[in-house]
Amino acid sequence: MEIGLNHYLVLSTILFAIGLVGIMRRKNLLMLFFATEILLNSVNISFAAISHYYGDLTGQMFAFFVIAIAASEVAVGLGLLIVWHKRHGNIDLDLMSTMKG
Amino acid sequence: MFEAIAFYMFAFLTIAMFYIAVTTSQALYALTALASGMIFISAFYFILGADFLGAVQIVVYSGAVLALYAFGMMFFDTTRDIKEKQGNRYVVIGLSVLSALLVVVIFVTPLISSNITALYPIAEGVGNTQQVGMVLFTKYLVPFEVAAIMLLVAMVAGIVLAGKKMDLSLTLMSDAEIRTIKEEKTKKVLS
Repeated sequence: MEIGLNHYLVLSTILFAIGLVGIMRRKNLLMLFFATEILLNSVNISFAAISHYYGDLTGQMFAFFVIAIAASEVAVGLGLLIVWHKRHGNIDLDLMSTMKG
Repeated sequence: MFEAIAFYMFAFLTIAMFYIAVTTSQALYALTALASGMIFISAFYFILGADFLGAVQIVVYSGAVLALYAFGMMFFDTTRDIKEKQGNRYVVIGLSVLSALLVVVIFVTPLISSNITALYPIAEGVGNTQQVGMVLFTKYLVPFEVAAIMLLVAMVAGIVLAGKKMDLSLTLMSDAEIRTIKEEKTKKVLS
């Protein structure tokens, strides 16, 4: 049984769906960040798979840049989260609405 | 055959780990499940022949990003259970699956419809790390440098945001105390 590009794309779709479920279900902002990491990783898998099956290195390059962006996102996001937690004592998403729309 | 066994095993493990990371109510379980999921994902990169990407995945995600998360979790109250949105779970799951499928279709349709050719074909007889280096430092040099500057900016932002007033706890102080500190600061700036 040969593993083709479709297998990897299906896997990537499943992981992306899991990440989206996490984003919609979670209230805690730290858990939301975890779900964001899952989304970025699922996209990286499909980039690497397409790069392999088309014999092109561009997909791997994009995966590297996605990893760099994920790392900087975590640094800035956690800094902001720590500041918010110092001031308000919680990181719940529902308590962050100041405009009461 | 061997590849198929490895693929299905790691696919099952990755999906299980990420499912735990998304559904568990304990923050520490979510963190450890996410860490193991990241390591299992690097296995796919090794299967696909992207050795350097797999190594970077282990170093950056399991090393740096998850260490940062573990560090950040020390600031937050992680012992209590996490509250979750009480919505209709079928609607949530249905919408997620639908949008994930939509995203994949949007990105894959151009691949199938147009007969694309490799822009930077994989050279013969060179290791993956060498190929990555050759492409990264010729065609993608400017994005590489921009990414370096972006990481520097993120590092400075992290230090400025998290390192400010590390010696005093802003949660334990009352609003009046915080206000006096602020006023002292503005006085210092004005004088």
